Amino acid sequence: MVAALKRPGWWRGALGFVLGGAFGFGLVVALRAISGLEIFQTEQTGYPHVVVPAITAPLGFLAGFGCFDYWLRWAAGMPTVPEDHSQHGATSWRDYFRFNTDHKVIGIQYVVTTFFFFFVGGLLAMLIRAELAQPGTQIVDANTYNGLFSTHAVLMIFVFVIPVFAGIANYVLPLMIGAPDMAFPRLNALSFWMLPIAGVLFLASYLVPGGAFDTGWTGYAPLSTGAPLGQSFFNLGVQFAGASSIATALNFLVTIITMRAPGMNIWRMPLLVWANLSTSLLVVAATPFIAGVQFMVLFDRILHTNFFQFFQGGDVVAYQHIFWFYSHPAVYIMMLPGFGIISEVISTHSRKPIFGYRLMALALIGIVVLSYSVWAHHMFVAGMFSWLRVPMMITTLLIAVPTGIKIFSWLGTLFFGKIHTYSTAMLFALAFIVTFTIGGISGVMLGMVPIDIHVSDTYFVVAHIHFVLFGGSVFTIFAGVYHWFPKMTGRMYDERLGRVHFWGTVIGTWGTFVPMHWIGMDGMPRRVADYSAQFGNWNLLISCFAFLLGAAQLVFLYNMIVSWRYGPRAEANPWRAKTIEWQVSSPPPVFNFDEIPRVVGGPYEYGVPGARHVIMGGEAAEVAQPQPATATTTSGGGT
Amino acid sequence: MYGRLPILKMLAVTVVLTVAISAVMVSINWNGQEASTAAPKIDTLLDVMIVLSSFVFSLVMVMLGYALYKFRAKPGDESDGEPIHGNTRLEIAWTVIPTVIVLFGAGYSWAVLDNIENRRDDAMTVNVYSQQFAWSFGYADNQKWSQGELHVPVDRQVIFRMHAQDVIHSFWVPEWRIKKDNVPGITTQAVITPDRLGTYQLICTELCGFGHSTMRAKVVVEPKAQFQKWLADIKTPVPQELIGGDTSELESAPNAPVGGT
Repeated sequence: MVAALKRPGWWRGALGFVLGGAFGFGLVVALRAISGLEIFQTEQTGYPHVVVPAITAPLGFLAGFGCFDYWLRWAAGMPTVPEDHSQHGATSWRDYFRFNTDHKVIGIQYVVTTFFFFFVGGLLAMLIRAELAQPGTQIVDANTYNGLFSTHAVLMIFVFVIPVFAGIANYVLPLMIGAPDMAFPRLNALSFWMLPIAGVLFLASYLVPGGAFDTGWTGYAPLSTGAPLGQSFFNLGVQFAGASSIATALNFLVTIITMRAPGMNIWRMPLLVWANLSTSLLVVAATPFIAGVQFMVLFDRILHTNFFQFFQGGDVVAYQHIFWFYSHPAVYIMMLPGFGIISEVISTHSRKPIFGYRLMALALIGIVVLSYSVWAHHMFVAGMFSWLRVPMMITTLLIAVPTGIKIFSWLGTLFFGKIHTYSTAMLFALAFIVTFTIGGISGVMLGMVPIDIHVSDTYFVVAHIHFVLFGGSVFTIFAGVYHWFPKMTGRMYDERLGRVHFWGTVIGTWGTFVPMHWIGMDGMPRRVADYSAQFGNWNLLISCFAFLLGAAQLVFLYNMIVSWRYGPRAEANPWRAKTIEWQVSSPPPVFNFDEIPRVVGGPYEYGVPGARHVIMGGEAAEVAQPQPATATTTSGGGT
Repeated sequence: MYGRLPILKMLAVTVVLTVAISAVMVSINWNGQEASTAAPKIDTLLDVMIVLSSFVFSLVMVMLGYALYKFRAKPGDESDGEPIHGNTRLEIAWTVIPTVIVLFGAGYSWAVLDNIENRRDDAMTVNVYSQQFAWSFGYADNQKWSQGELHVPVDRQVIFRMHAQDVIHSFWVPEWRIKKDNVPGITTQAVITPDRLGTYQLICTELCGFGHSTMRAKVVVEPKAQFQKWLADIKTPVPQELIGGDTSELESAPNAPVGGT
């Protein structure tokens, strides 16, 4: 028992959690006692004896779990544990529940954890639609309802869409650039373990007095500065999710810049790498803003600072400026990695080089630059200075141009290709083009001030955001998960079930979110537990499609679990793709490559006689290998 | 290479599809009844955008549909597509044409915005007071206070000066196509000229707590004489504690030339 408490792991993590919590609790009690204050302050926004332990207990858990062991030993001048690589690779499911520095293990940890929160968030969405199926109040009261849609959005955004992309890239990106791991493997592991903490904090808000935070995922002040205790859990959860996100982005940046295989100059990087480079540039510069603004709200609540307390000189609109200065780039943080995935999938399954590769890469950079200059289009009716509206409108509409370039280039890639639609990944990629085009169109309309004045904060916005986030980002996530499932698990998934999932998802998405545009324009505001009877029939229809959409995800879950366990073994390169991750076995060896591969050409040279992307280390001996390590030879490029 | 494509036929189908989609979409009155001078202008802007969007959507659908019809791999075909890496002219075209379209949209929107926020000298001012979860309105320099019911005369411009007491609320009358947040600590303004008699609903559209979905008020647009009579019957002034929450005008007037100030 004592030995278990000394070893990094769950026992010591639990001990750290208890000690950390006790420390935070004791600190608050002691300081308040010394100051002569009432020891347990339980005003609506207060509860310092809960909030401070909610910071220290997770940190204690991370320390106990082993996230800081190496660094602490090194910093204290103690002998560091020699790197025996026992923390690399996974031999049983238990290894996924350990502090593990292998990017492939971390990638799977990320994807599975984020999908767990996807299903929890989806369940909340089902409850929301059940309540909204009829006008009036049936299942939950207004307060609970506000908590439902707030936690739904927060789980989906902060612990599903943003980190699942980090998870997919964690697995694929080092392989794609021919690197043995990420640049900072221990930081990588720490980044992952902060993520479930964020999700648990968001969900724990259901257990505290006053219930879950109910101010929307936007948490506008002063509603949030006066909200019950649950809001503090939102403020803190965002810190952990944000820190995780920033650390991962730094890791990606350094990895991409310094660890590319010899020969992979920037114009030979696959577009997924470009996409994650762009995303990381957004995350490192924008995410500190939301972390900062949530701290300000927390300080207003706990320490009675006056950032947003209007009656004490605070500035209410300032919250929105800071919030959206992160949260608009965040829209692209949630979309650019998806663009990368779609480029990989479409090129591979249409056997064609990406059309206009360089313009595709530059369009990503264009979006990064423009996305910092559009945030106030969320605030056209918010009471900000009115002259700011037109410049923000122009930049907002202009961002449709690089996005349009990407859509047209994907279509151009399909032309004169050999389009294979047997893969569910490709089906999702094609459906993505259609749904995202519609989401882009409604986005342009929302960007126009006169139209926005009417439809802002209505169901039109709900429809738009779900078309770009569900029909957009989540479709790309499905495409990515199906595409790399054989690589990650070494098994093939069931394409028949994949198609059931695909059609259920597409029909569910359209049926759910298309009518929302109409009821929004016709006068139904968003974030309402109850609505006029005139919208009753539409809402019932929307709810029915939403349940279909939910049910389709169960097919996906079944397919993934059963295929992972019992699916047929996957070949190294089932899609005959050119990029490096497909030239190693499925799943790849623990250290990825015996010898670092040499990149000799572009990543999408389909149909180019003699062209190849990479020469693998063991190529000279490839004849002797039972399973060909490369498929590049199929293009007739063998030397 | 791309000369082999039936470009004219594809364009023709795109145009036909555009016309068909636009015809259906424009004929539907999406935004509901128009009850202010701003409403038809906003709805026309929406219709123009629907036509342009239908074109973009049709173009994408035709390209996608044709590609899937023509370039689908035969079963068992393991060969690669043609090694085309791009086409500079096409890439320039789909950069420049969308830029022109969106800049046109931006210019048009700007013109509409200036137009609908244009102020007249004879405008009437109404103070709007919002709090969790009720609306009230101050007339005639706050000497008259109406709770939960907003009356305005038809065909006269109204300037709403909005004051929130606790958290942010938002003032929306869908038939007027007007929305503005009421922000605690500052006074925001909105301008509208109702031009249709009737009873409408004022809806709060900024999440403000558990009563958000029921935070509504009745809006009555009536002839001038009737409005005067209604106003004359009100004897209560706006309570001081509401006005006390009023603060400096931090927002610049929405009517100020949008590009400047």
